[in-house]
Amino acid sequence: MTRPVLEVRDLKKSYGEGEATVHALRGVSMTVHRGDYVAIMGSSGSGKSTLMNILGALDIPTTGTYLLDGVDVGSLSDAQLALARNRLIGFIFQSFNLIPRTTAVANVELPLAYAGVKPKERRRRALAALDIVGLADRAGHEPNQLSGGQQQRVAVARALVTEPALLLADEPTGNLDSKSTDDVLQVFDDLSAAGKNIVIITHEDEVGARAKRLIRLVDGSIVTDVRQSPIELAPVGAAAAHAKVQSVAAGHLAAGHGTVARGSVYAAGGRHTA
Amino acid sequence: MSFFEVVRFSLRGLSANKLRSALTMLGILIGVAAVILLVAVGNGSAKAISDRIEALGTNTITVMSTGRGGSSSTALTKKMADALIDPELAPDIKSVSPVVSASSATMTYEGTDHAVSTFVGTTPDWFGASSTPVEKGASFTADDVTQGRRVVVIGQTVAEELFPGIDPIDKQVTVSGALFTVVGVLKEKSSTGFQDPNDTAIAPLTAVQQVLAGYGSLTSIIVEANDPDKVDAVQSEVSTILNQQLKVDSSSSSTTPYRIQNASSLLETQTETADTFTTLLGAVAAISLLVGGIGITNIMLVTVTERTREIGIRKALGAPRRVILNQFLIEATLLSVLGGGLGVAAALIGSQFEIVGVKPVIVPSSVGLAFGVSVAIGLFFGGLPAARAARLRPIDALRYE
Ligand SMILES: Nc1ncnc2c1ncn2[C@@H]1O[C@H](COP(=O)(O)OP(=O)(O)O)[C@@H](O)[C@H]1O
Ligand SMILES: [Mg+2]
Repeated sequence: MTRPVLEVRDLKKSYGEGEATVHALRGVSMTVHRGDYVAIMGSSGSGKSTLMNILGALDIPTTGTYLLDGVDVGSLSDAQLALARNRLIGFIFQSFNLIPRTTAVANVELPLAYAGVKPKERRRRALAALDIVGLADRAGHEPNQLSGGQQQRVAVARALVTEPALLLADEPTGNLDSKSTDDVLQVFDDLSAAGKNIVIITHEDEVGARAKRLIRLVDGSIVTDVRQSPIELAPVGAAAAHAKVQSVAAGHLAAGHGTVARGSVYAAGGRHTA
Repeated sequence: MSFFEVVRFSLRGLSANKLRSALTMLGILIGVAAVILLVAVGNGSAKAISDRIEALGTNTITVMSTGRGGSSSTALTKKMADALIDPELAPDIKSVSPVVSASSATMTYEGTDHAVSTFVGTTPDWFGASSTPVEKGASFTADDVTQGRRVVVIGQTVAEELFPGIDPIDKQVTVSGALFTVVGVLKEKSSTGFQDPNDTAIAPLTAVQQVLAGYGSLTSIIVEANDPDKVDAVQSEVSTILNQQLKVDSSSSSTTPYRIQNASSLLETQTETADTFTTLLGAVAAISLLVGGIGITNIMLVTVTERTREIGIRKALGAPRRVILNQFLIEATLLSVLGGGLGVAAALIGSQFEIVGVKPVIVPSSVGLAFGVSVAIGLFFGGLPAARAARLRPIDALRYE
């Protein structure tokens, strides 16, 4: 197997000191291989965002190592970190985080500008990225002229415009209605089908069900890590995910516990992709 | 990323926050313009004062009685004035003009009264020594003085009051019951203070003594030097002669019964006063610059939250620290340089107009100082938060509140 896209070993992160110390991560180890589409689920405060910020090189762990594309992120200088964020990672925030009073296309161009791409080429690639998320006609709009779903799709375009090795999304649909959620998730499915590596945080079962692999975090530790569909195939898509969630609910009700549910989840995924 | 691109980013940043940019620039503009203009006003009034003193003539000295004891033995007399005309003892003296002045004399022409604020009796040399030229008609002559002829040269104010629309030359006016003939009108003088310098009348010494002041002491003696450089020599010559005349022992007594006023020393003290005034205005201006600076700081700090979040986003997208710093420094520089430049322009335009009766005269160093300080404030308070935010981890910048 080729080098993993990312690999974390015994990642720990605590905030504060003494009595008030919060252990947000208590030793997380995981490896993501090329072509995977990973969903991380967990209740609020379970450490999902903390993990994601470390994966995005936005934050540093208290202890533990993080290899991004084989490179130990902990050993990188400030300038190298900037380069890694720019070239290797596309980060999508729950709160969009577009630059205010700046057009969609200018927002998408930003990472390219920091990568030193020439203005003309930059514009072309930014428009292409906006086209992928279906917003080519909104290029000249500023964030406050766009709906939440559209803003998030601009943010997705911005994250993928540099063609990063890894797309990270922290509850990208958390602030969106179901229609916008579908739009954004469709973009992720398409990107995954095109071979992108994606890690997404969610607390919605339907969102989690679309990923090829599902990791559950409880209180800063990984409790389950399930492959839902084969890594080399395209993701299952919305309809299958919906069916799967329905059957989980049914199975859960019938059997009264989760192991059965997990089995049927895998079956549902397999059936669709076959 | 090229420098040119960073500049473009800064311009975009400024135009994305137009109101904030405009307010910051306005603060700097007002601060800079206030400093430059206030200093210019101070400097302008100082210049106006020294111009007027120079117009009095820097080659004259004025001898005045201190009136100590009030006895006639210490008073200045015509005899003393005559004694000063001595090519032997006082070779540097060009002219001596004894002066008596009556502080208020009522002049009447065909039923119209006017109280002349200073009625001066003197000799013809006075006109030259005191830089008071006659505009219309002529001054009186030495002969008029010896004969005690009742002729008078009047100031502009007197002419306007008594002879509105009439040529005053050769008209007869009554002063204290005596008839005087107007022979000339003085050229208008600009005001040196509260007193109107044009509300005056000049007549032969003898005539004024006869009619108004009596034959007692002189008010002052104006001595004109051959050359402005000789003023000090003249001053010592005058004191030598006067000490002889008044029998003052120059070696033992420090209190002479007369006082010598020298226009150039007057100029010095006046300039000092004016400098103090300018410094005071400068201090007021500096305070206004400081207040302006606090305003700028305030605007900049209020936007730090928003800008810090923005810096967090930019860092998350892979912006190197140096590029972020440059962008924000260039933004701050553009704001303060543009604001400062506009402030200088506003001050230059403002200085074309009279402000509270003073024509401002720009002090070049105040331009440099005001501009420099405002740019420094802008750079410091614009750059400092950015520098701090650029050092933060992206996640901390994003969470900043
Ligand atoms: N900056 C911080 N300072 C202190 N505690 C924090 C900070 N960020 C997160 N935490 C704590 O760490 C835990 C995990 O938070 P987070 O990773 O945001 O959870 P999730 O995203 O799963 O809801 C929570 O208990 C939270 O209170
Ligand atoms: Mg979270």
